Amino acid sequence: MNQKQQAHGISYGTLLSVLTTLLALTAITVYASQIDMGALNIWVALLIASTKASLVLMFFMHLRYESGLLKYTFTITVFTLAIIIGLTFWDVAFR
Amino acid sequence: MQSSSDHEGSKLGMWLFLYTEIMLFGGLFVLYAVYYHKFTDDFIAGGQQLDTFFGTLNTVILLISSFAVAAAITAIQNNSKKIAIILLGSSLLCGFLFLINKYIEWSHKFEVGIYPNSEKLLESDPGLNIFFGLYYVITGLHGVHIIIGMALLVWSLVRVKSNHITDQNYVLLENAGLYWHLVDLIWIFIFPLFYLIL
Repeated sequence: MNQKQQAHGISYGTLLSVLTTLLALTAITVYASQIDMGALNIWVALLIASTKASLVLMFFMHLRYESGLLKYTFTITVFTLAIIIGLTFWDVAFR
Repeated sequence: MQSSSDHEGSKLGMWLFLYTEIMLFGGLFVLYAVYYHKFTDDFIAGGQQLDTFFGTLNTVILLISSFAVAAAITAIQNNSKKIAIILLGSSLLCGFLFLINKYIEWSHKFEVGIYPNSEKLLESDPGLNIFFGLYYVITGLHGVHIIIGMALLVWSLVRVKSNHITDQNYVLLENAGLYWHLVDLIWIFIFPLFYLIL
């Protein structure tokens, strides 16, 4: 059991570089929001937010090192949310 | 062997709960998106009244606290109890700082007459009222999650101190950490939606 848990251990160095990347992405997204790119601003902000979220999930939440069960159920959750968002916008757009 | 499957089971249970949290905030974000689509100008006018400085500061605070919790788990795995306690303490401190900033931010809004059902909002365009309604519901619900997360971290800290959480059994710390990271995860999306894109 110990061995299995040990495999989840992430070094301080890795965690620190993830934090540095997250802070850098925060600076980039604040900077990008000052530039007027029209509708593109929203997509750039959401893309950066999704990248940050993935980093938190993969490393801070250990999802990268988890079993397939957790990975699949998480993906299904996000997929379900995407369907809800998609169908809602389909409705809103064609009203 | 038995405690190994227990560990996995506990974590699966926590993740299943986190999925419902993702759906809860996901639903609120859908609401935001639809009303943004409908009242774009009002949302932009409302968003410009929010202070990007506070939003950025709170983002940085939460990212650092998330790192501290993740590092605390590594510390426990390495059997460094003292480091784990210091790291958990600092993430709690970050949680406090976040709440203080939120308090300053909200009380300033209250002072200028922007709060749910305020005269100023009722007299203005409906889109603006909806924007600030969503602002208070989403950041308020997130704030409640911060408080619950901090309570879980305090509990973990006490259990680490009393040697109940060790390198052999630290699933409580892991699950408290997962909750704390989820709170951070939600803020990662709240930040651009309210403070940046408008």
